[in-house]
Amino acid sequence: MAKMTKTTKRNLVTALLFISPWVIGFLVFTLGPIVLSVYYSFSAYNVFQPPIWIGLDNYTTIMDDPLFYKSLYNTVYYTALSVPGVLVLSLLLALLLNSRLKGMNIFRTIYFLPSVLSGVAVSLLWMWLFNPDSGLINLLLSYLGIEGPLWLNSPYWSKPALVIMSYWGLGGVMVINLAGLQAIPTELYEVATIDGASAWRKFWSITLPMISPTLFFNLITLSIGSFQVFTQAYVMTSGGPVNSTLFYVFYLYRMAFENLRMGYASALAWILFAIIMVFTLIQLRLSKRWVYYQEG
Amino acid sequence: MRMRRTFYAALVYGTLSLGAVSFLLPLFWMISTALKADFQIFAYPPQWMPNPVVWENFKRAIDYFPFWLYARNTMIITVSVVVGQVVTAALVAYGFAKIEWPGRDVVFVFVLATMMLPSQVTMIPLFVLFQRMGWINTWLPLIVPSWFGGGAFNIFLFRQYFRTIPNELSAAARIDGCSEARIFAQIIFPLAKPVVATVSIFAFLWTWNDFIGPLIYLHSAEKYTLALGLRAFQQYSSTEWNLLMAGSLIVMLPIIVLFFLLQRYFVEGMAMSGLKG
Repeated sequence: MAKMTKTTKRNLVTALLFISPWVIGFLVFTLGPIVLSVYYSFSAYNVFQPPIWIGLDNYTTIMDDPLFYKSLYNTVYYTALSVPGVLVLSLLLALLLNSRLKGMNIFRTIYFLPSVLSGVAVSLLWMWLFNPDSGLINLLLSYLGIEGPLWLNSPYWSKPALVIMSYWGLGGVMVINLAGLQAIPTELYEVATIDGASAWRKFWSITLPMISPTLFFNLITLSIGSFQVFTQAYVMTSGGPVNSTLFYVFYLYRMAFENLRMGYASALAWILFAIIMVFTLIQLRLSKRWVYYQEG
Repeated sequence: MRMRRTFYAALVYGTLSLGAVSFLLPLFWMISTALKADFQIFAYPPQWMPNPVVWENFKRAIDYFPFWLYARNTMIITVSVVVGQVVTAALVAYGFAKIEWPGRDVVFVFVLATMMLPSQVTMIPLFVLFQRMGWINTWLPLIVPSWFGGGAFNIFLFRQYFRTIPNELSAAARIDGCSEARIFAQIIFPLAKPVVATVSIFAFLWTWNDFIGPLIYLHSAEKYTLALGLRAFQQYSSTEWNLLMAGSLIVMLPIIVLFFLLQRYFVEGMAMSGLKG
């Protein structure tokens, strides 16, 4: 590097002081653990004895582990039903809320509120709602003359139940969509109206392209989030019945903290990382076909 | 034309109302159950309204927990995390936004790149690290990391905001001999209130609701957070749904109150995280 001027040098020192919390945090809580995690993933390690290097054994065992495939399948199933539903419904609600009618703020509040609630309390609430005999959901179904399923007690209905529960939390995504809709310049619609465009045409040619970056952002963050689903399964179903809600991160947690197979769990974590990376890169590729970025 | 508009309004209100009812019903059912007498919970067919109304359930739930101890524990952890994230994310962001130094943008790419890493990758080595330090069954693993950078996304939010503050402001102070630390603390940071609100709210929500962190690190009951306490409550009273719903409601209540008091910041914070992403 060329010789630095006195000001540059002083700036560098000051800036490093300011960012030092992040630098220390990055080294101790991120980079160090990353290196160790790679090492553990090639080891047999139960915390009490030092790790023993076993090469690729963890990875090859995982490839033959039926529960790995089961948990991966459950997670993909959950993501594939939850994410598109949340994306479409939250956009639909945002479009309705964006109509310049009175009282929209009240509706926004109602839809937004459940999304800030989460964790164990919400899991308990939905456990109770899905109770086959005394829960609200089967009560409502009975009014329609439908005998409701066993939901969380049935290996066929446990995942759909958790998917339905995830729709209750779509309010945050809806608010993001609403902000995206409100950022579209009104002149675009005015010009289109003068040209005689129908409402349908305006939606496809203005609204959708203009909001596509927001939709893409939602798709990525929602998918990553739902790939890491854990608390609901832990509290509501303990992964059952018959492993039907054994999700990937839950399986990883079990391996690490119940079976103390830290090496195996570390290998699972790196496979999860690879899956998320590949998914995101594919979506980035595909996004060039449908996401519209304005110039500048 | 006017009729079409009326029809359109009716359609919008109709759809939104139907949706709103289904979004509120779970909360209604929760409150209703929380107020039911023990014999009424499993009545068949299920009853919509509690009869009699048993307010005592809330008191019973609070004693069951013990709620006040866990509320205090959760509060200590949550406040420490919020303050740590706000202060250190703002400091770090200042270093990236307001000071010119060689390599700045390259290092910032590293900050952003850490967001791509799922927390599960570092979870196990961090557990081992904290175990070596004797921090298992203390709140330190849940608090201390927040004081070292405050999270990449928060740094990003602060940096974006600081960049909109004109540089003339800090330049003038510098000429007057003001130190960089004072420019940060007295000029720039006080201007960033909207980001402080956003970061605080999301840090609060996240820490208040966090389950896997306390689950991994806290083992003795007197150290539990509300989330863990609620889980333990569920395990030894698995059928007393009136008490469980009362307990869940009490745990949600601070968040609900905060939501109604600061709704504007919740909405702006959400919008900010989406649009800048």
